[in-house]
Amino acid sequence: MSTPVVESPRASRVNYLNVSYGIRSWLFTTDHKRIALLYLVSVTLFFFLGGFFAVLIRLELMTPPGDLVQSETYNRLFTMHGVIMIFFFLIPAIPAVLGNFLVPLMIGARDLAFPRLNLLSWYIYTLGGLFTLAATLFGGVDTGWTFYTPYSSTYSNSNVMLTAVGIFITGFSSILTGLNFLVTIHKMRAPGMVWFRLPLFIWAHYATSLIMILGTPVVAIAILLVGLERLFHIGIFDPKLGGDPLLFQHLFWFYSHPAVYIMILPAMGVINELITCFSRRRIFGYSFIAFSSIAIATLGFLVWGHHMFTSGQSVYAGMVFSVLSMLVAIPSAVKVFNWTATLYKGSVSYQAPMLYALGFIGLFTIGGLTGIFLATLAVDVHVHDTYFVVAHFHYIMVGGTIMAYLGGLHYWWPKMTGKVYPEGWARFAALVIFVGFNLTFLPQFVLGYLGMPRRYHVYPEEFQVLNVMSSAGASILGVGYLIPMIYFIWSLRYGPKAPENPWGAKGLEWLVPSPPPPHNFDVTPVVTGEPYDYSPKSEGAHVR
Amino acid sequence: MWRDFPLLPERASTFAPEVDALYGFLVGMSLFFIALIFILITVFAIKYRRRSEEEVPPPVRGSLTLEIIWIAVPLGLVLMIFGWGAALYFKMYGRAPAEALEVYVVGKQWMWHIQHPTGQREINELHIPAGRPIKLTMTTEDVIHSFYIPDFRVKKDVVPGRYTSIWFEATRPGRYRLFCAEYCGTKHSEMSGWVIVMNPVEYQNWLNSGGGGRIESLAQAGERLFQQLACHTCHGEDDPGLGPSLRGLFGRPVRLADGRTVVADEAYLRESILNPDAKIVAGFASPSSMPTYQGQITEEQLLQLLAYLKSLGGEQR
Repeated sequence: MSTPVVESPRASRVNYLNVSYGIRSWLFTTDHKRIALLYLVSVTLFFFLGGFFAVLIRLELMTPPGDLVQSETYNRLFTMHGVIMIFFFLIPAIPAVLGNFLVPLMIGARDLAFPRLNLLSWYIYTLGGLFTLAATLFGGVDTGWTFYTPYSSTYSNSNVMLTAVGIFITGFSSILTGLNFLVTIHKMRAPGMVWFRLPLFIWAHYATSLIMILGTPVVAIAILLVGLERLFHIGIFDPKLGGDPLLFQHLFWFYSHPAVYIMILPAMGVINELITCFSRRRIFGYSFIAFSSIAIATLGFLVWGHHMFTSGQSVYAGMVFSVLSMLVAIPSAVKVFNWTATLYKGSVSYQAPMLYALGFIGLFTIGGLTGIFLATLAVDVHVHDTYFVVAHFHYIMVGGTIMAYLGGLHYWWPKMTGKVYPEGWARFAALVIFVGFNLTFLPQFVLGYLGMPRRYHVYPEEFQVLNVMSSAGASILGVGYLIPMIYFIWSLRYGPKAPENPWGAKGLEWLVPSPPPPHNFDVTPVVTGEPYDYSPKSEGAHVR
Repeated sequence: MWRDFPLLPERASTFAPEVDALYGFLVGMSLFFIALIFILITVFAIKYRRRSEEEVPPPVRGSLTLEIIWIAVPLGLVLMIFGWGAALYFKMYGRAPAEALEVYVVGKQWMWHIQHPTGQREINELHIPAGRPIKLTMTTEDVIHSFYIPDFRVKKDVVPGRYTSIWFEATRPGRYRLFCAEYCGTKHSEMSGWVIVMNPVEYQNWLNSGGGGRIESLAQAGERLFQQLACHTCHGEDDPGLGPSLRGLFGRPVRLADGRTVVADEAYLRESILNPDAKIVAGFASPSSMPTYQGQITEEQLLQLLAYLKSLGGEQR
């Protein structure tokens, strides 16, 4: 007697990774999950390139005189480090990798609203990246990532235009991604997924998309104007041509301050998911966290002048920008307190993603509080353009964004690849990164208040001890970043197969197999409850 | 040990203790909140650690009271800090005391040119007396620089095409580092020098010894330039010639041909020399018959002319 062999449907599933093979299937894919992986590879390459420049910077700063590289080289190193890390890693990292992968899955959609636009945005990003890489190969650019005029428009004789074109082009990929997310979140939510049932990751990406769409065109304009002045000597910023150098700073920071929130808001979104999952608890103060993202995005557009307290702008303008900048502290504090309160009476476990999340809260708290120092007018006069500022924004960008990015990558790695990473190594790496990070950047706060200006190739001897501490920390941090790189790649081949929901997490992305099928959901899910509902009776969502 | 490993720079100006007090408050507040968050997280993470895989904690909803507390308390704190910082900022960036000694600074890739009113000139060194307010009027020949003395807690960007100014009063004789804080190109990190604060007697000796080696005062140099450039042919001593008289002009309101009234400050004088048609004084021909001096004179010479015009009387601003 023969019985028909019924394979388990789970085992034979076609998933988005095995549905087709070959380079063409990747380069012409419109699947948001595959595009997320394309971005993952690209931003990782840029991260290690930017990191390589950081290594050289920290090596040079081991000793006070300029002995490892020359000033021309040093100035190019910190500029390329900034340009690559900000425009080609931090801005796209979480939205374009984790956001791309998760936004449709979390709201129960098949894909983003405009799948081909999504692929186009990756190509645009890559094209911009190639211009910047070309600029690097031809000798780099030495204006600082801030491109202050008239240095960038008239005086610098490095590859300003090539880099500027790279950033200009890449901006459009940001705009397209933001547009795609906005439309998707508005129009493609599953039945029952009302706004206040959205995971906070989605709220954070919604706020981020608003900034991407409204802010990025302004930096494009600023870059275009620098180009016009540099190539055709049209007087816009250089006073010798009748321009105003401070105008550039207004235009630049009108985008580049909100851009900081492009980098940190998605990170905050990730933290909400991690904290709730690893304490098995509904988020504390859902609506306060949701609206704090919108508040940060809105206020973010009104604080650019706090980069210009010492620039000679009117003291009254300084006053207005100072008080508005102070207000950003409130939604940030609301988030930190709510995350902390979420742990209360929870069921806390310490898997690697949670270690990153807890590390994030600590480091973001320090980064946020030191932001108040810089918003305080009289204190900023002293610490502006010193290592205090460098330390502050690395606490936000590296201690915040990269910790959250790594936490998110670990958390969703089983979902994205269908493989489990080695937990012991992951916890160890999280610890190494936390220790290395603090040793690198805590001494820089002290250095800054002592008066060491940023972007200094040569520095006075009294600053050496703190600089050596910082470089030592950076070497630990560097090792910390290499470890996950190695075991992630290892796990692709040797990692155990991941179950559908390894963390016992809530959220629609955990209802589909790991890795998900190309079309995400076999049946459109219907959402019947609030997110993060870990109570025993709840279903949260079910498939009808 | 702390002598070898200081956390604060020296306090060598009247502003320094005030900035440090505010900084100290901020550090204290930050340590409080950092400790609060770290302790809460550690306690919660240990006390509520997962004890069994099946464990499901009881649901806890949000608390409006808590939300209000942690919005209101930080809001009160940051507004207070804002007020404190703004008050001090207005003092630092506000008008210098009338008795302030005015020194002129021109930044140039990659050095600081200093001119004293008494004519001494220095490069990358600034000699000043202790106990007297000093006002710096600054500009640059090329890109943006920033004049920064950490031990005084003062910094101000030096912007091409305009004058920025800052004032301070050094309290202790000594040598203090001077940095350029705004990235300005290849040798940015070497655009540094020393501020040498002396007691008034020593300072007088330094002035008498010639300091930089000049006897002609800044205003005299300006007057010589005024003659050389033949400014006096049109801007006559008393009765107006082709151009308005400049006697007693500085700091006074000037009525313009278009009906506006502006104050003849440094920015106005600078603009009128470099771009004579920008603002025509009421009663004079437009366009002006005066040639532009843009590119004809250096920033240092322009400052000498200003010093001369100021010496012709008028109100100190």
